[in-house]
Amino acid sequence: MIEARSLTKRYGDKTAVSDLSFTVRPGIVTGFLGPNGAGKSTTMRMILGLDRPSSGAVTVNGKAYAEHAAPLHEVGALLEAKAIHTGRSAYNHLLALAATTGIERSRVDEVIDLVGLRDVAKKRAGGFSLGMGQRLGIASALLGDPDTLILDEPVNGLDPEGILWIRNLLKALAAEGRTVFVSSHLMSEMALTAEHLIVIGQGKLIADTSVAEFISRASTGSVKVRTPDAAKLRELLAGPDVTVSSSVEGTLQVEGLTSDRIGTVAAENRITLFELAPHEASLEEAFMELTGDAVEYRAPAQKTSAGADAGASAAADSAADVEVNA
Amino acid sequence: MTAVAQAPTPVRRAHTGKVTQGRVIKSEWIKFRTLRSSRWSLIAGVGAMIAIALLFSLAMKSHYPHMSQARQKEVDPVADPMRGVFLGQLAVGVLGVMMITGEYTTGMIRASLSAAPKRLPVLWAKALVFTVVAWTIMTATAFVCFFLAQSIFSSIHIDKSISDPGVLRAVFGEGLYLTVVGLLGVALGAIIRSTAGAIAALFGILLVLPVLGEVLNLTSWGDHVNPYLPSNAGQQVMALTTTSPDMKPWPGFFLFVGYAVVAMAAAAILLKRRDA
Ligand SMILES: Nc1ncnc2c1ncn2[C@@H]1O[C@H](COP(=O)(O)OP(=O)(O)OP(=O)(O)O)[C@@H](O)[C@H]1O
Ligand SMILES: [Mg+2]
Repeated sequence: MIEARSLTKRYGDKTAVSDLSFTVRPGIVTGFLGPNGAGKSTTMRMILGLDRPSSGAVTVNGKAYAEHAAPLHEVGALLEAKAIHTGRSAYNHLLALAATTGIERSRVDEVIDLVGLRDVAKKRAGGFSLGMGQRLGIASALLGDPDTLILDEPVNGLDPEGILWIRNLLKALAAEGRTVFVSSHLMSEMALTAEHLIVIGQGKLIADTSVAEFISRASTGSVKVRTPDAAKLRELLAGPDVTVSSSVEGTLQVEGLTSDRIGTVAAENRITLFELAPHEASLEEAFMELTGDAVEYRAPAQKTSAGADAGASAAADSAADVEVNA
Repeated sequence: MTAVAQAPTPVRRAHTGKVTQGRVIKSEWIKFRTLRSSRWSLIAGVGAMIAIALLFSLAMKSHYPHMSQARQKEVDPVADPMRGVFLGQLAVGVLGVMMITGEYTTGMIRASLSAAPKRLPVLWAKALVFTVVAWTIMTATAFVCFFLAQSIFSSIHIDKSISDPGVLRAVFGEGLYLTVVGLLGVALGAIIRSTAGAIAALFGILLVLPVLGEVLNLTSWGDHVNPYLPSNAGQQVMALTTTSPDMKPWPGFFLFVGYAVVAMAAAAILLKRRDA
């Protein structure tokens, strides 16, 4: 269990984390999402007592991290930047960490096998690829067999097999009753791994919700209608809570009406429809919409809406199934 | 994920070892002996010291008979072969600095401080491991240099015995001085956290301050300042004949230790306070 209360971190006049309160419960994977610079890594460093909060506090299992007598057994962490001396071998790195809390050598061998680094365990960590470094970081996190895992972008640099492996590992660890807190930029990845989400933007809490709830709330319920009588249908659909837009000739984007209703209106007025497609926003879109105002670093030409459109066409295909059933 | 439905009971593990100072020391010892770079800087330091001792004494052996009597009087058979201490301090100082900055530049420090979140045990353990290793090796090297040099000097009959007044203290003092130089490096490494910055600061203090002090010698200030500069004070313990009338060997050495203690205290406070 991780509990953050009004956690705030300022670096000079830059506020990285602002009045953040949340609880990460055991038994499930909790995703920690936010755009670049949102303050995810900073929050995680504060949980580990590496950065001192400007105000507020965070506890792990009821105590500040530093107050635990055996911290490596309490919390295992993978930090964003590699926390490994490049001149030391993976095996010796783990051996040195293990020594601080009396973990036996056999456990070091165990975690090395677990993350699949056996062949390179005696090589200098400085020569490791991104994915190998990430695996070594995960091995360090698992070393003390901790109740709580804090992983900052663990899939970063992993190959597809590695991503699948970590996804299953995290779920298995949570199923054993552990607290698993994982940061990511990828909503779609979290939808597959996490059950709960904490979303932040510019250091502030944006959402603290279950993944299921997030997905249902994310559905914007717009309907795409393609018809040769676009102008006429547009007039018929007009109403106080309805917005109809059209970017392509003969195609309407309707918000505020169900596809059933639109179909009925069209039939009553003998308007031919070529296409009637309800569209639920993809997770990535919903995430971007949610954090849209809070995005800190953005390429100048690419506004969130442009990104959302690109995602929309991809999402339309998967939304087609929904439509058939409806 | 049916297991999730029930309220999960926290997992209790078999290993529940507490972090103790002893364990952190063991961890630091593992870290020290598993870095090739630490071994190399020690080997370089030892090699340089022995090489200089040999060079000086062999050169002395061949030139001594042709020297004027006045020059012969100036020969110091204990201090001259000890000139290697200036190279030794480079190696041992860099090693001390790197004990800490090596962790900051690679990010390892975050792993170290997560494993021992009280933080200070990490600094104490590093200082202790460093002290034991550096003192043992540097003291041994000092004695090797001394006996090598005296065995060469014996052929020209200027050799000193270890039991002659002050000789044991001077040879022993060389190892002590070098150890404290390294500890000052450890402290500066922890304060400055960048390798280049800490090395510059260390050798600024040890090598540049005394040079600036010589400028003061042109004024009446010199005598009030120079004996108290860290390296001037610290090196008294390895001098057979005191170079400064105001600073005796042991008081000088303890003043030097005092500087290192102050630096180490500052390092401890900053380590505890700052973000890792
Ligand atoms: N040590 C520091 N000094 C100054 N500013 C910092 C420091 N660490 C983080 N910041 C700033 O705080 C903000 C949050 O950074 P943080 O690394 O926590 O974001 P993040 O959510 O992890 O981003 P990303 O997804 O890119 O990893 C950023 O604007 C960053 O520039
Ligand atoms: Mg980050």
